[in-house]
Amino acid sequence: MSVAVSIKNLDVVFGKKVKPALELLAQGKTRQEIIEATGQVVGVQDASIEVQRGEICVLMGLSGSGKSSLLRAVNGLNPISRGELLVQDGDEMVNMANCDANTLRHMRSKRVSMVFQKFALMPWLSVLDNVAFGLEMQGIGKAERRRRAMEKLEMVGLDKWARKLPHELSGGMQQRVGLARAFAMDSDILLMDEPFSALDPLIRNQLQDELLELQRKLNKTIIFVSHDLDEALKIGTHIAIMESARIIQHGRPEDIVLNPCNEYVRNFVAHTNPLNVLKGRSLMTGLDQLERLDEMLVLNREENSWFKMDAQGQLLSASRQETALQLHQWESSSTLNDLNEGTLVVASPDISMREALEIRYQTGLPVLLREASGLVGVLRDRDFYHALLGKHFGTDPA
Amino acid sequence: MNWFTDHKIPLGSWMELFVDWLTTHAAGFFDTIAISLEWLILNMVAIFQWFPVYVPILMTAALAWLLHRSLGLVIFVVAALLLILNLGYWQEMLETFVLVLAATTLSVVLGLPIGVLAAHKPWVYTILRPILDLMQTIPTFVYLIPTLVLFGLGVVPGLISTIIFAIAAPIRLTYLGISKVPEELIEAGKAFGATPMKLLLKVELPAAMPNIMAGITQCIMLSLSMVVIAALVGADGLGKPVVRALNTVNISQGFEAGLAIVLVAIILDRICKAPNAKEEA
Repeated sequence: MSVAVSIKNLDVVFGKKVKPALELLAQGKTRQEIIEATGQVVGVQDASIEVQRGEICVLMGLSGSGKSSLLRAVNGLNPISRGELLVQDGDEMVNMANCDANTLRHMRSKRVSMVFQKFALMPWLSVLDNVAFGLEMQGIGKAERRRRAMEKLEMVGLDKWARKLPHELSGGMQQRVGLARAFAMDSDILLMDEPFSALDPLIRNQLQDELLELQRKLNKTIIFVSHDLDEALKIGTHIAIMESARIIQHGRPEDIVLNPCNEYVRNFVAHTNPLNVLKGRSLMTGLDQLERLDEMLVLNREENSWFKMDAQGQLLSASRQETALQLHQWESSSTLNDLNEGTLVVASPDISMREALEIRYQTGLPVLLREASGLVGVLRDRDFYHALLGKHFGTDPA
Repeated sequence: MNWFTDHKIPLGSWMELFVDWLTTHAAGFFDTIAISLEWLILNMVAIFQWFPVYVPILMTAALAWLLHRSLGLVIFVVAALLLILNLGYWQEMLETFVLVLAATTLSVVLGLPIGVLAAHKPWVYTILRPILDLMQTIPTFVYLIPTLVLFGLGVVPGLISTIIFAIAAPIRLTYLGISKVPEELIEAGKAFGATPMKLLLKVELPAAMPNIMAGITQCIMLSLSMVVIAALVGADGLGKPVVRALNTVNISQGFEAGLAIVLVAIILDRICKAPNAKEEA
């Protein structure tokens, strides 16, 4: 893994008199104080973040928190007042804070492309020519750019709409055109500024799935702005939460849900659905907390179910009502159809809560969790209820 | 109070001095413009006259059909042109048409870049706005005098006066159109690596096109409304018989020439205007 975008101590200040505002920032004044004193708006304050190649980094926050300002600094649409913003270009890192117009244009046409919230399609161009727009800016001939645009249109499933004008398409389709236009540049880094916010919830979900599907194939580096934590948790490899121009927490989705750093993040987290976020490891009951009878560990006393493991933590056998249970190793390729009532499933602790619940529903039994070193814990009904009721928030997963 | 009125500010004399200075020092410049413009217009009229009369009629009808697909309009255009031919104003109609065409072309060629510049540089528009207001409100006869002095009698002072009157429309509407281009389209252009020139040609101008077209249509109609004034300084065309009719109190000639002007105006308006109206609806 290498770094695709590296941001260090970045400030974005809007307005004509940037210098006095920067001095006030250095003195530790707040955003509000600076607006009152100088009339300059601080968009982003002291942001530092690294985005690895191939990951989806979501910038999350309420409107006005500076997430879009930070995103737009990456391709130079917003001025960088202070700090460093490095974007990978082949073997070197280009600093967008001080590069000249030609370098900026090179970065925009070859390295970084963008998808807009309100689609920003040219209303007078056909869908095909909209996708080819970026290539046209590079001076690529009509036949060649249309051929390449057509490939990308096929990728988003809109090749039959190539000759239509944008306004003849639905919102969801228009944003697919926006996606295809960004893909047509064949750049590795994609900036997405609340791309799905203007769409209705069903279409939004569908496009999120499509984006994840495309990302599996294309493996781009994506910086994605969203005000919706569920969306961020669903698509983000990492999430950076912003509040009044600062990044206040940056981490994996699960870390953010389990350890919100302050009240602001906790409020966001309280309204999210844990099913898509939490992993078995943070839900499970550890083996040390299970009731033990010699080498037998009790799964459920009422049902008289238990399992046996050796000293190395390897599962030997399991039974319910004196009958041996069939064991099943859960892999990422497994399907629920492989499971019967009464099959005891052993899965990785990285299993998602949704998957574990599905297994519990299918088999009627708890799910055992095992990593390379041996069994580590078990997911029982109580663990699921605990998470569904939001009782895990703010507590340490251990 | 007498003292105040006795000491008149010599604004008029200053203007006269300025025009005098121009006539003595820049005579060559103005003569060159006058000669080349006159040559251009006379030759264009000659070209149109060289065709048999049915060619321009058929071409106009074909244009009306191509742009609007309306049989009614085609019939009207043909009937109107035949009526003008029948009344004996064919030659004058061609001259007027060429004058309007030349005035509009020059207004657009000059006005479009000025409008774009004004939209990009706020200070240009600050300076430009009072000038445009002045050009549109000052009575035409007032600047007819200096143009007459500078360019001599004939079609050129008529053309220049027409341009002064009509150029504000393309400038204003180009300015409006370019200023109104949605910010997100500009951002999209920049984000995909457009140079400033490509941004102008591929984003701003196409986005402003409905406004620019409206400006051109307005410019055509404003130019046509100057036909009679242009005739006063010696420009040929449908204005001439009107002026002559006025001087000789000739009701029938005045009516016929006036009708011909109205017909030309309706033809130009219907052919130019409707496509924009449809787009805006």
